[in-house]
Amino acid sequence: MTTDVQGLGAGDSKLRDPRVRAIIYQILVIVLFVAFVAYVGNNTADNLDKRGIATGLGFLQQPSGFGIGIVLLMDYSSQTSTHFDVLLIGIINTLAVSIAGIFFATLIGFTFGVLRLSKNWVVSRIAYVYIEVVRNIPLLVQLLFWYFAVWGTLPLWKESFQIGDNFYVNNRGINFPSIIPTDGFWLIPVGLLAAIALSVVVSKWARKRQDLTGQPFPVFWASVGMIVILPLIAAIIMGLPFNIDYPTVARFGLRGGWVLEPEFLALLTGLCVYTGAFIAEIVRSGINSVSHGQTEAAHSLGIAPGLTTRLVVLPQALRVIVPPLTSQYLNLLKNSSLATAIGYADITAIFAGTTLNQTGQAIEVIAITMLFYLSISLIISMFMNWYNKRISLVER
Amino acid sequence: MKKATFIAVAATATLMATAVSATTLEDVKAKGYIQCGVTTGLAGFAAPNNDGKWEGFDVDYCRAMAAAIFADPDKVKYTPTTAKERFTALQSGEIDVLARNTTWTLSRDVNLGFTFIGVNYYDGQGFMVKKSLGVKSALELDGARVCIQSGTTTELNLADYFTANGMDFDPVLFDTADEVREAYLQDTCDVYTTDQSGLYAQRSVIPDPEAHIVLPEIISKEPLGPLVRHGDNQWGDIARWTLNAMIAGEEHNISSANVDDLKANTKNPGIARILGTSGDLGEQLGLSNDWAFNIYKMVGNYGESFAKNLGEGTPLNIARGLNAQWNNGGILYSAPMR
Repeated sequence: MTTDVQGLGAGDSKLRDPRVRAIIYQILVIVLFVAFVAYVGNNTADNLDKRGIATGLGFLQQPSGFGIGIVLLMDYSSQTSTHFDVLLIGIINTLAVSIAGIFFATLIGFTFGVLRLSKNWVVSRIAYVYIEVVRNIPLLVQLLFWYFAVWGTLPLWKESFQIGDNFYVNNRGINFPSIIPTDGFWLIPVGLLAAIALSVVVSKWARKRQDLTGQPFPVFWASVGMIVILPLIAAIIMGLPFNIDYPTVARFGLRGGWVLEPEFLALLTGLCVYTGAFIAEIVRSGINSVSHGQTEAAHSLGIAPGLTTRLVVLPQALRVIVPPLTSQYLNLLKNSSLATAIGYADITAIFAGTTLNQTGQAIEVIAITMLFYLSISLIISMFMNWYNKRISLVER
Repeated sequence: MKKATFIAVAATATLMATAVSATTLEDVKAKGYIQCGVTTGLAGFAAPNNDGKWEGFDVDYCRAMAAAIFADPDKVKYTPTTAKERFTALQSGEIDVLARNTTWTLSRDVNLGFTFIGVNYYDGQGFMVKKSLGVKSALELDGARVCIQSGTTTELNLADYFTANGMDFDPVLFDTADEVREAYLQDTCDVYTTDQSGLYAQRSVIPDPEAHIVLPEIISKEPLGPLVRHGDNQWGDIARWTLNAMIAGEEHNISSANVDDLKANTKNPGIARILGTSGDLGEQLGLSNDWAFNIYKMVGNYGESFAKNLGEGTPLNIARGLNAQWNNGGILYSAPMR
């Protein structure tokens, strides 16, 4: 009887073998999927052709012909630059606001996450109100609020708030002097890089020394000192190789110097304040997850409160904080596409907006845009996963 | 919204492979209404009134098409589109006709796969500034911050004009005309630029219209007109001759007031042909012979629509100018209806 049960399938055919069947199903699914993709692709090309809509990436080489408000790191002219340049500018602008946004959102998030746990009733209530209000209003509404109700209602440029002689705040943004490199400027970034490299070496040395002798070394302040002083020395050696361009009053607002445009500022504040509230909750839950006994144990060993937070609580809290923090960073990047509502020239506004409209290449443009967001999101995920692995509990 | 239209393109381009065999006219008759793409709201051209009914110059064109096809001008459904979304909506088949003050250009006609069926408003791009700036000419705008609606020929003309005159500008782009106006009113920009008709339309809804002036320069030709997809010539013909019928009606003095009388009594063979009492113009289009009669009776001729929505006495107060009939100082000229 027992042999019968086993031989029931094997006797009939290989098809009764669950492993074989599993493989057959897998193959079937793959074939169906490939067939579906091929069908969709073929049909799309066919229908586009029938409607006389051009396809391909040739449009990227055509001159763009329109102006862009915010151009960083590149030269752009509506007459000679191509749609490919538009794509690059869109990417740079999206990355600029996302990176700044992630930095400030993290700062805001950690600050309010800690304040939320403060023993001071007023402080913790303020943090609570901020988190609850901001989390429960749609981001688009907040962006419109920041753009039209905050930055837009600042004084006109003729009546700017002035800080010092050369720093202006008005409804056209923030104007401040710019640094224009001249010959020999290269030594300053070289000095900066050298300082950073040296800081890494020093921190490794300091850790080794502390392991051997127990003597701590003020790595943080040493690094800050080097990062400030080395470029400064470089600048002095080369005889201050830069000019300073001050904002001056022209017919239509201030010209010269650098300007942070209100569209950028509104998007940045909106994204930071919004994402910061979510991060604050994540930080609070992370800190709460570390049992209070840990803190008490550290205190009873005579470790100072600041060091307790830094060396005992935070490393354990980070393990809870980092994974959800990653998805907040991804959200911030993706939410930056709402820029199009308030006139900031991000990739969605200028490439998936104007370029799409002027060339009519909807499928190609949207595919490129999606590919961009996907790649950047994956890169952020990979970095955060690496960081998460680094700080995770090492079991021995 | 954009993702939705993209999915619409992808879906229609991929899955509707077999459904495109029916003609647009058959499809429209089968569903019982025309899906007409209009602006998201531009006073005088297409905007919902206090009862939520769409009204305006472009809306009248859609109504005229419905009158010609269904003998009922209300058999239209309106799809508000932004400047950016409008072409995708038409390409994907989401709308049957786009009447959304769209400039006729070569690349749109050819590369985007559309057929422009004529011009219903001859326009040109202009600039509006606050009077307090003291600017008298567009050539004084070097260095100005300019608010624009994205996805328009306006963006391209502006770049060309400033480059040609060796001037700098700082463009700020928004999705809808309302956002542009809001930013302009807040003084985030110095200049609001779009087609002059659009500037007049926007000025008519600004709280203090007298504080703003439209500069004299017109920097471009903007022939605005309705358009349809490539590939269905019969549908294109119906759209084209609906517009021509409206224009010819004014030329021949056929209006909603006298059309009944003319149909019964006219001795003029040309008018009798248009109104379908002789000949078979309507049948040639695949419509009933009283198609043009219905347009005049239910919507009115070009001049009536202009006077009602844009002309003197309306908040826009636009003179006919180029948009007068050819024999009246303008360049409006319908091909003969015979």
